[in-house]
Amino acid sequence: MSRIIEDVICKFCGCLCDDIAVETEDDHIVKIKRACPNGRSMFLDYDSSFSKPLVNGREVEWDEAITAAADILDKADSPLIYGLSSTSSESQRKAVELADHLGAVIDSTSSVCHFPTSQALQAVGEATCTLGEVKNRADLLIYWGCNPLVSHIRHFSRYSANAKGMLLPNGRKDRTVVVVDVRPTATSKVADIFLQIKPETDYEILSSLRALVHGKKPEYCIDGVNIEQLEQLAAMLKNCRYGVIFFGMGLTMSTGRSYNVTELFTLVAELNKFNRFSAMPMRGHGNVAGADQVLTWLSGYPTAVSFACGIPQIGPGEFTSVDMLAGKEIDAAFIIASNPAVHFPHAAASHLKKIPTIHMAPVSNGFTGDADVILPTACYGIDAPGTSYRMDNVPLRLRSVLKKKRPTDEEVLIQIIKAVKKC
Amino acid sequence: MLGITGGKVFDPINGIDGRLMDIWIKDGKVVPEEMIDKSEAQIIDASGKVVMPGGVDIHSHIAGAKVNSGRKMCPEDSLRLLRPRSQITRSGSGLTVPSTHLTGYLYSEMGYTTVMEAAAAPLVARHTHEELEDIPNIDKGVFITMGNNHFIMKCIRDGELGKAKDYVAWLVGAAKGFAIKIVNPGGVENWKYGKNVQNLDDEVIGFGVTPRQILTTLGQINKDLKLPHPLHIHGLRLGQAGNVDITIETMELMNEFNGHFCHVQFMSYGGERGSLPQSASKKIAQAINEKSGVSVDVGQIVFGPATTMTSDGPAQFSLHQRIGGKWINDDLESESGGGLAPLTFKRNNPLHGTMWLTGLEIFLLVDDPWKVFLTTDHPNAGPFLGYPQVIRLLMDRDYRTREFERLHTKAKKNALLPELKREYTLYEIAIITRGGPARRLGLKNKGHLGIGADADLTVYLPDDDKEEMFSHPAWVVKDGEIVVKDGHLVREQPGRTMYVSPNYDPQIEEDIKAHFKESYTISFENYSIRSEHMGPNEKISCD
Repeated sequence: MSRIIEDVICKFCGCLCDDIAVETEDDHIVKIKRACPNGRSMFLDYDSSFSKPLVNGREVEWDEAITAAADILDKADSPLIYGLSSTSSESQRKAVELADHLGAVIDSTSSVCHFPTSQALQAVGEATCTLGEVKNRADLLIYWGCNPLVSHIRHFSRYSANAKGMLLPNGRKDRTVVVVDVRPTATSKVADIFLQIKPETDYEILSSLRALVHGKKPEYCIDGVNIEQLEQLAAMLKNCRYGVIFFGMGLTMSTGRSYNVTELFTLVAELNKFNRFSAMPMRGHGNVAGADQVLTWLSGYPTAVSFACGIPQIGPGEFTSVDMLAGKEIDAAFIIASNPAVHFPHAAASHLKKIPTIHMAPVSNGFTGDADVILPTACYGIDAPGTSYRMDNVPLRLRSVLKKKRPTDEEVLIQIIKAVKKC
Repeated sequence: MLGITGGKVFDPINGIDGRLMDIWIKDGKVVPEEMIDKSEAQIIDASGKVVMPGGVDIHSHIAGAKVNSGRKMCPEDSLRLLRPRSQITRSGSGLTVPSTHLTGYLYSEMGYTTVMEAAAAPLVARHTHEELEDIPNIDKGVFITMGNNHFIMKCIRDGELGKAKDYVAWLVGAAKGFAIKIVNPGGVENWKYGKNVQNLDDEVIGFGVTPRQILTTLGQINKDLKLPHPLHIHGLRLGQAGNVDITIETMELMNEFNGHFCHVQFMSYGGERGSLPQSASKKIAQAINEKSGVSVDVGQIVFGPATTMTSDGPAQFSLHQRIGGKWINDDLESESGGGLAPLTFKRNNPLHGTMWLTGLEIFLLVDDPWKVFLTTDHPNAGPFLGYPQVIRLLMDRDYRTREFERLHTKAKKNALLPELKREYTLYEIAIITRGGPARRLGLKNKGHLGIGADADLTVYLPDDDKEEMFSHPAWVVKDGEIVVKDGHLVREQPGRTMYVSPNYDPQIEEDIKAHFKESYTISFENYSIRSEHMGPNEKISCD
């Protein structure tokens, strides 16, 4: 039997486009409307069929897998829970409960993308807005160190450059688009102005812009840009009505990291003396923003939280997964809805292979094969409902379009918490 | 089954002022003695102790987008208060912005059992509800901001008040809110152009409506929908010198509709505009005393760290401009906005001293305790953990005088406080912390210990030091279960989220759908929160 489900939310990236139509036939997805290529393949390639969990490569019943997972976590002196960015906030809440009970370190994929953004927020705060304000008000858009036409494909049309909004009835024609990046990208090709900068000069450029905005001219040179270009940009920043700077890992993960973002946030805060201005990180995974939110409301901190001393503690460089793994300070890892094999540097990834690990995810990835316990769960937004936070922190309730044949992350976590409490 | 026997009971809603009484509890409710099988009932011997209904907080920022931004922005606040996990409780951190579970524990340990989250924009109310579910041991509700809502302002502009009414009914139900909140009506919208409103007849940019129209329209709708709580109002010019006049003007405007004016201390300053604020407590208290439809909570300053947070974006920006330091702003499409800035209130700062005086003077000058409630607008004027200290200041004039003497000379000059001899009684404290807020919220089963009331109560050890007495209750009972015993938290249990869902003409949904297509970035179908997706909840009827 065929049916069409409207207003489905795609959780592939932080855009959480919620206008997708999904056509199913006999509980299979056969057609997707309005999704971008990334989202389309997430839906169409998904296999919802039942599969059993594996312990040491052997298919087992769920009870046995839960016991094996609980056993690994209970025996560990310094367990790590990592990932979280593609699961629901309901599961993230359970993962934090488990970490608190175990005295574990818990860390999300923010650790390797926008943790510097949180650190900047801790230092100076952040002037920001929801995507609807961008759509309805922003006449100046700056994309810095990010390439949304590839990573967040519908961002332009739904929320930013090409969207028609309250004060921008003509969409793209009413907006000025600037791209700042170290190389030409798909996004820079459609910009009104492309400021190509040399790698590792973001901080200098941002501080020069701050000086220029305040009417001071820097007396030094920055490799790769001339001062007139920056003067022109500073004037645009001051003279627009409502400006927004979107930024990505080009800023957060290059030299300077949190200092870059702190400088950007300070610039944006100061621009509010002249007009209105906001900044927004381009959050990647569908619910990575939710991972920051959930960890914060349960512990006080957004990322890299250790419960080892019985209280929550934050430690960038100390409790961040990459640093703990590379330092061999972790003796068991529970990886939830992510793939550390591709995102972690060699030293961290190779230590992961040496310790007992549990992998819980709806789709197997490059890491799954290395795990001692493999827990194949349902996929939020396809065969399980759940809450997810958009890149601007607007929470949405994901729908499910297929019958659930595997348990959800939340259900499995509840069982594991029960089991470790018995240990 | 539970009996609290021989205690001195203060239950103002039932007119009980320190009578020796037994309270009997069954199935989470207060019941008559004859319904109890005493051989099976657990008895708390309260002889020599003081028994009150569980505390009810009418205005506190404990959950949701803004509060969580505060936690995120202020790791230093986590270090001010750390709670290790125990056999029965979770770990937590934060003094002015405690993590969710810790918030529940701290309120519980202070004898509070019901707390209202003061503001959520409907677009992000789902976030607020997720956090509320993670706050144990207290019942709660959330006020929904509507004072800068595009749909409502369009209806006012087009003279379609019936449409506005149906929309409001739909919206508060969709967001699973408990009451309508107004924050700086029109001012938050104007802030999106870098402006604000200063007077009731200023124009809201792009809509051609005025703060006056927004206030009276929502006041009328609130009345027509028979919502349990009157309009919850944060007016214009928060924190500015000379704002007492606009506050009184707004009270006069809203008196006929009924209005609760929150954190009125921040809205009651004299002095020339742009100069240092002075206390206008006498003027505001007189207005409150004269107007039968007006109630207030104070937002009393507690010296020490605070985290200021409000939907009033322009007010937060001007505070940030004055004090520097960290600042968060968040503009929310078609609905609202907000901002945050950390701040420490210092005893030796003349302005902070004046603000402290303003709040205490309002408490002491409002004649009827049923019209003034204890809050610190947590965490804006200080954390809720400061309530016991405020109670001592109200009950103990000698202590108040000693604390007054410690203020900066400039704050003390011409201050009214030393002349005010009034000392609150235990009965009056029970009014401003329980009976009063519960009645004003329209919560029929809260804030009292009559038959049928929710079995939420607190047993205190009498102490001349009222701060000590109210900081550490001996016993706290929530829904008939002992959660605090001998001053220690012994039980964690979920609380309920209370909401209203008034009826509306379903025709309105077509208009709202069109509005969503035009203004929002999410679809109408993905907006409403369903009660089955929330934690334990309770629909409160509108009649």
